[in-house]
Amino acid sequence: MMSKSDGDICFGNPTELHGTKAQIPNVATEKNTFTRLDDEDKQQEAQSPTMSPLASPPSSPPHYQRVPLIHGYSKLRSSTEQMHPAPYEARQPLVQSEGPSSGGPGAKAPRHQASLIRSFSVEREAQDSNSNYPDEPWRITEEQREYYVNQFRSLQPDPSSFISGSVAKNFFTKSKLSIPELSYIWELSDADCDGALTLPEFCAAFHLIVARKNGYPLPESLPPTLQPDYLQAAFPKPKWECALFDSYSESMPASQQARDSNRMEATIKDAAADFPAPTQATTGDDSQALKSTADEALPKDMSKDPAIPKDSSSLKARPRSRSYSSTSIEEAMKRGEDPPTPPPRPQKTHSRASSLDLNKVFQPSVPATKSGLLPPPPALPPRPCASQSEQALDAESHPQLSRAPSQAAESSPTKKDTHAQPPLKPIRRKFRTENQATENQEPSATVGGPSSAATAKAHPTVQKQSSKQKKAIQTAIRKNKEANAVLARLNSELQQQLKEVHQERIALENQLEQLRPVTVL
Amino acid sequence: MAVCVAVIAKENYPLYIRSVPTESELKFHYMVHTSLDVVDEKISAMGKALVDQRELYLGLLYPTEDYKVYGYVTNSKVKFVMVVDSSNTALRDNEIRSMFRKLHNSYTDVMCNPFYNPGDRIQSRAFDSMVTTMMIQVC
Repeated sequence: MMSKSDGDICFGNPTELHGTKAQIPNVATEKNTFTRLDDEDKQQEAQSPTMSPLASPPSSPPHYQRVPLIHGYSKLRSSTEQMHPAPYEARQPLVQSEGPSSGGPGAKAPRHQASLIRSFSVEREAQDSNSNYPDEPWRITEEQREYYVNQFRSLQPDPSSFISGSVAKNFFTKSKLSIPELSYIWELSDADCDGALTLPEFCAAFHLIVARKNGYPLPESLPPTLQPDYLQAAFPKPKWECALFDSYSESMPASQQARDSNRMEATIKDAAADFPAPTQATTGDDSQALKSTADEALPKDMSKDPAIPKDSSSLKARPRSRSYSSTSIEEAMKRGEDPPTPPPRPQKTHSRASSLDLNKVFQPSVPATKSGLLPPPPALPPRPCASQSEQALDAESHPQLSRAPSQAAESSPTKKDTHAQPPLKPIRRKFRTENQATENQEPSATVGGPSSAATAKAHPTVQKQSSKQKKAIQTAIRKNKEANAVLARLNSELQQQLKEVHQERIALENQLEQLRPVTVL
Repeated sequence: MAVCVAVIAKENYPLYIRSVPTESELKFHYMVHTSLDVVDEKISAMGKALVDQRELYLGLLYPTEDYKVYGYVTNSKVKFVMVVDSSNTALRDNEIRSMFRKLHNSYTDVMCNPFYNPGDRIQSRAFDSMVTTMMIQVC
């Protein structure tokens, strides 16, 4: 339960911070699949303001600036390789500095990072042409665009392909809008009326849905800023191919950088990340790669969500952010989508991702002693704080020693973790009893252990060993309970989704029966 | 030009019916309804032998004093019925055919919408606007 509170805090902070920015992802909380990538987009949101000010578009430049974008885009459509050199070079310094790692197909985060970086350079040009259109609510910002792209990829891995009508229907139906409205939105956005949505069409439809949910009346015709050709010009697709390029070339060195940098970061987020950890244990390398890359951009717990299948624990993460969605989006829409200053990035996610990097060698499991790297003050309640802070104190003085047991603990189940820790702790204790006798007194006193550090070293060592074992076991029990609760929630949400899928299936079968007589002439 | 346009489903219930707003709208509805018999007659006359070769455009179904009724049926047995004012003598068969083709295309676009369930009333604004253009085209 502690980890859940951590998750609450973890998710709450980003949403609050992003509230004023009011990006579209906050609105799409009712959509389960939407929220899955919500956090990932938030991380990009927080990153984007730092990258470039996404305020009101600058003064309008001549229209010809759009031509190179379109030209580049058309080239991309024809052959991907040609576009790689030019944009790739521009992205190289940015991307490498970010150090995104590739997880192959699962690494959506690095692609988005790279695409985000690229899109900024592109968008600066596009924004100039954007200013010609006064339709503020119908303009898609960069963060929204990234979010839509992520959602598109969740439905259709190939960004240049279509989303079929049925898939899109199921997806948009989750927005809880009425069917006539959805039908009208589809009518507006599907420009070629082919029953499928390309990426620009999908973005337009998504944007209309979001606008509608925020109370904006649907337009009579598709606004010019949502036209597919405009969207393709303003947000060319090169970033996708470039992202693929990134994944191939930059993955290895970037991942190394990511891991090294991540290890130095706080591990407070590990505790917060504990609750999705059990589910992530199954994702394996993909989630790890994602997290390592997510660290670079704006690692958060949500960053792992894309790697997790739709029905994964991200669902439980989403509900927390839902409360902020509507107001934030309304503000954003009314302000013309001026993004506020980026909120301070929570350190939790860094630690969490770093922990996963460390776990890359070992199997990712519930990190029982992640906090050993750094004290986790807000994440854990006082009782575990006492035990873990004690461990943290030990770890601080001997980070290497602590890392070893933490790593060993991570690799094995939680119970093993606790067992691995106590043997090392007494060793450290012997070194530290002189210096940190007082410090040890406090946690040991709170724990209620009989050990009194002021006495002989041998006694506290033995007593602390037993008390540490107890604490370790208690911690393990607590973590198991948290994991159980998390899995129970996941199970319930999966059951709900199963019901929905059943209903959809029944509806489809009915439709099929209705259609059958038509074909029989 | 066209004073009434109707889209009839396979089961012979209206998916879409719209007339020029006059006092005799009910009469148009009645004319469309009675034309369905003629449509079925034309379909059955050719349908038995070669369904594929049956032409979609049925032509003039029956004339009255003031109006002419044209019919068109799709391969999925969805019928389009158009009532045209007889005073517009300039209307040629090709124009009627083109109007039906436009209707058919718009109907296809409506069907492509995944949120449209076959058999529902057509509430597409694009379809409405297209029919509006047909109605006020040559008035």
